[in-house]
Amino acid sequence: MKRHLISAADLTRDDAVLILDTAEEMARVADRPIKKLPTLRGRTVCNLFFEDSTRTRISFEAAEKRLSADVINFAAKGSSVSKGESLKDTAQTLEAMGVDAVVIRHSASGAPYRLANSGWIDAPVINAGDGTHQHPTQALLDAFTMRRRLIGPDAGLGQDLAGRRITLVGDVLHSRVARSNVDLLHTLGAEVTLVAPPTLVPVGVETWPCEVSYDLDSVLPKSDAVMMLRVQRERMNAAFFPTEREYSRRYGLDGDRMSRMPGHALVMHPGPMVRGMEITAEVADSDRCTVIEQVANGVSIRMAVLYLLLGGNEPAVTNPRTEEK
Amino acid sequence: MDANSSDAAVQLAARPVLEGPDIARMLTRIAHEIVERAKGADDVVLLGIPTRGVFLARRLAAKLEEITGRAVPVGSLDITMYRDDLRLGPARALARTEIPADGIEGRLVLLVDDVLFSGRTIRAALDALGDIGRPRAVQLAVLVDRGHRELPIRADYVGKNLPTSLREAVKVQLTEEDGRDAVLLGVKEANPAGGR
Repeated sequence: MKRHLISAADLTRDDAVLILDTAEEMARVADRPIKKLPTLRGRTVCNLFFEDSTRTRISFEAAEKRLSADVINFAAKGSSVSKGESLKDTAQTLEAMGVDAVVIRHSASGAPYRLANSGWIDAPVINAGDGTHQHPTQALLDAFTMRRRLIGPDAGLGQDLAGRRITLVGDVLHSRVARSNVDLLHTLGAEVTLVAPPTLVPVGVETWPCEVSYDLDSVLPKSDAVMMLRVQRERMNAAFFPTEREYSRRYGLDGDRMSRMPGHALVMHPGPMVRGMEITAEVADSDRCTVIEQVANGVSIRMAVLYLLLGGNEPAVTNPRTEEK
Repeated sequence: MDANSSDAAVQLAARPVLEGPDIARMLTRIAHEIVERAKGADDVVLLGIPTRGVFLARRLAAKLEEITGRAVPVGSLDITMYRDDLRLGPARALARTEIPADGIEGRLVLLVDDVLFSGRTIRAALDALGDIGRPRAVQLAVLVDRGHRELPIRADYVGKNLPTSLREAVKVQLTEEDGRDAVLLGVKEANPAGGR
């Protein structure tokens, strides 16, 4: 594995499967009376959040604490950043304090990459979502949820998602979750289809390892999992569709559409959901919807990533065959 | 577990010191000792330390069932995240921890491993147990005790005491993992990582 986790595309198939397998063991810690492991004792992890986030920040914090790391939370609001400090100065401050890893969320695409490759700090950098670029731990927890549900927690060990058909629906243009998922699911052998109104399909999508469709109803019956993406109003600077009602009629998932999916197929959502927009309450509350499970799995996945990057004196080594190149 | 770090090195000039039938006899003897000392072994839980300790624990459980006529709970306890040498190498892959459904609370937990060497694995296992529950007592069964303890730890049940030098490597092979049962003694190659 690489030292930093910036993009889902950084992971080889073996890296990704190792993370999923490790997360499976981490998930068992949640069932114990003492939900704590001593593994990262004495290591300091800084959560550097330049953009609002509840679930990702809490999830990382829970994962860090379960592994006994010391946690420093840094939110841009009310910090020196609001006084005009640059990313470089913030990074060097953290370096001087002896931080062993940085988890960063930033509204600018590429900020984690810059932090990892600029030489400002020595610590491994984990991307917790940057702009419309990448959100690798979200893609990992989604793949983990799919593997657990479609193959099984024990049967899935060592397995990838070869041949599974995954459909991502909605605001692909603004979605870092979609980008990370396309990269990771492709690496794991799944067939990915994006469904979105033409205005919300990014330029250059033809170079991505996936199919694109504008018609949700034709794709649903052939899907093993359907992931609904949130319509990101806060990033929209133009009218991408006429009305919300028209959007939800064509691209929203309601009970009627769900009934046309195969019996085993899951409904996923990275959260936060906008009920009535991309997903109806009926679907969101059904037992085929894995939203809550995804949150629980997020802690296990982040524990696995932190352990594999920080547990030893260097990142975990997967199959030498893939390391040689 | 530490004793058999590099498989390739061991295979160079390894000679078998124990064969399949020896191992089977030892496990039978240990099972009888357990029943005798634990007065019927009704509250015994066997926890094997991956990889080979788990197979030994399962074999012991089968023998105990033969003797007592009762099923003995058996599980596995991965100690990777409790190791004291984690920072000396790349992060290691985890193995399965499987605690039997009835738990270990108030039970007699019998840890099972293949080779007892520095004692550090057992120290880690004791720490791991502490996070899972509070057993009535913890005991240790090993197939081979090769000496060179670095911590005040001893085994309650030993298959064979095998005096070794630190330059030697002990390797346990079990059918479930290696295709045959044997204990091999060979000369350790210089370990570049500086580990044990």
